[in-house]
Amino acid sequence: MSAIAIRNVKKSYGGTQVIHGVNLDVAHGEFIVIVGPSGCGKSTLLRMVAGLETITEGEIEIGGRVVNRLEPRERNIAMVFQNYALYPHMTVFDNMAYGLKIAGLSKEDIRARVHKTAEMLQLTPYLERKPRALSGGQRQRVAMGRALVRDPAAFLLDEPLSNLDAKLRVQMRLEIKQLQRSVGTTALYVTHDQVEAMTLADRLVVMHDGVAEQIDTPLAVYSRPATTFVAGFIGSPAMNMLPAEAAGDGRLTLATGASIALRGVRLPDQGRKVILGIRPEHLAQVPAGEADLELEVIAVETLGADTLAHGRLGGGDFVVRLPGSSMVQPGDRLPMAIEPGMAHLFDAETGKRLPDDAPAAAPSRQAAEA
Amino acid sequence: MEKRVSFNHRLLPYLLLLPQLAVTAVFFFWPAAQALYQSVLQPDPFGFDNRFVGLSNFQYILSDRYYLEAFGTTAIFSSLVTFISMATALFLAVAADQVIRGANAYKTLIIWPYAVAPAVAGVMWIFMMQPSIGVIAYYMKVAGFRWNPTLDGTHAMALVVLASAWKQISYNFLFFLAGLQAIPRSLIEAAAIDGAGRWLRFRTIIFPLLSPTTFFLLVVNIAYAFFETFGVIHTMTSGGPGRSTTTLVYKVYADGFVGQDLGSSAAQSVILMAVVSLLTIVQFRYIERRVHY
Repeated sequence: MSAIAIRNVKKSYGGTQVIHGVNLDVAHGEFIVIVGPSGCGKSTLLRMVAGLETITEGEIEIGGRVVNRLEPRERNIAMVFQNYALYPHMTVFDNMAYGLKIAGLSKEDIRARVHKTAEMLQLTPYLERKPRALSGGQRQRVAMGRALVRDPAAFLLDEPLSNLDAKLRVQMRLEIKQLQRSVGTTALYVTHDQVEAMTLADRLVVMHDGVAEQIDTPLAVYSRPATTFVAGFIGSPAMNMLPAEAAGDGRLTLATGASIALRGVRLPDQGRKVILGIRPEHLAQVPAGEADLELEVIAVETLGADTLAHGRLGGGDFVVRLPGSSMVQPGDRLPMAIEPGMAHLFDAETGKRLPDDAPAAAPSRQAAEA
Repeated sequence: MEKRVSFNHRLLPYLLLLPQLAVTAVFFFWPAAQALYQSVLQPDPFGFDNRFVGLSNFQYILSDRYYLEAFGTTAIFSSLVTFISMATALFLAVAADQVIRGANAYKTLIIWPYAVAPAVAGVMWIFMMQPSIGVIAYYMKVAGFRWNPTLDGTHAMALVVLASAWKQISYNFLFFLAGLQAIPRSLIEAAAIDGAGRWLRFRTIIFPLLSPTTFFLLVVNIAYAFFETFGVIHTMTSGGPGRSTTTLVYKVYADGFVGQDLGSSAAQSVILMAVVSLLTIVQFRYIERRVHY
């Protein structure tokens, strides 16, 4: 039995459908991150699980119980909001104790649980303070504490780190992950930040226009994106996309007219229009004769650890991640090779990934190359 | 950060303040000073001359049984008006806050009574409640209730309280609605997820967060009930029957302009001013402490 099951859930406002049938099974203790650009329906999906939005169609189950018609308080979930939603007129202690009081726990029980949670979050010195006397990070912790103290069946987190500055965000990200691991409670986490998504998730749900485009582990989403949208959204800088056509002889003809041989990738039948996706980190600078592509560099960003060279190729922007020691200058022509097996092919019309897991074909091609 | 405005000319700021200062001086300080001055004088029966009498006007009114009665009447009247108008307005605002379809129409309708002048409101209520011609009075008679505000002091009080409270509901409603809309939705949602039902959310989250609004309205409503209800009382009951609806402010008018006892009337005004100042100080000092901002 899964902790949370979302079955073909749809949401419409008036006549406009905003979520078009999402399916998701969450295992007990799993950390699921729902990621997508703003307006993709990720928050709406979370709010439907919380019971703050009605479910137009489909079913949501929490702990084996269909909750479609249950009030939020009957669902045994806790939520952390983007603006924390701390009760401003209550002390930290009362904020955390609020749900427990309503649940009818004894005074001693409430004290014990709040103090234990506060201890875990290093909030003990602040228990008598009002939220306005706390820093952003501390408020964030109180919001987490309010969720933790109730020991719910699932945590729902709606962009909980967006209001923090960059440094604090990284720190809280780690803390949230560790907390969730140590209490072992199932978590649904919504964010638009792909780094947060990658680092936190056991599994990612990448949403786009009300559709879950891919549900998989962060590494699988990164290494085998299911659609061009996922490919462009996960990974920074974004994956380079080049329109191309299969030439049939193990080569691709780019829209620019250039022809390249792809190693370690299964190519579709001749004449099929495809989109070739290459991550900036999967290109290497090579001697001119061995190059698959040549990029004219327009701008260079030196990040220290690595250097990003920006240019244009096939009518679109193109980025390459080079070692930090690279001395590339704007105006340089960069000959580059694609690392074997690191090219992604998508159907030009549907944007869907082309099947590349053909166990029979792979060894023979390697044999041919050898 | 503090923002400081600097003017090129030294006189300009005073010039800009002048209209407001002039209005305050002409309509507040001057009459107040006049009242203070009049309160220690006694005019002769024909109004030709004034005689300085010290505090004897105060002595006279403070030993006057009718004046002390008016204090009690005012206390009952003001608390009832304030409570009824604020409670009704809060209820309506909470309801209107939850309406989605046609919300603007409801809001406009509820705000409308504020545009009605006190005297007009009084006349309107008379039309409805007058024992011989009133529509509501007729139905009360049908229901077997002997309604007669022209003879029964309690009925008269109920009538002026209702009319005065009704007029103030719109104003209170507007502020309560704004206050409600200023409460972040996510707070209510968080409380809902924490397990609080509708009533508990209102009692433990919404009402405490509304307290700045409630406090402000309390001050405004008490001042309203003290002073601005004159028109309603004057048109509906003229302070009767048998002084049952004679509030302090109505007595100032009745003694001064009807009874032509200017000294006593002025002394009453001075006491009234003192009472209101005192009330406001008490409110700010003792009630504001319990307000969560």
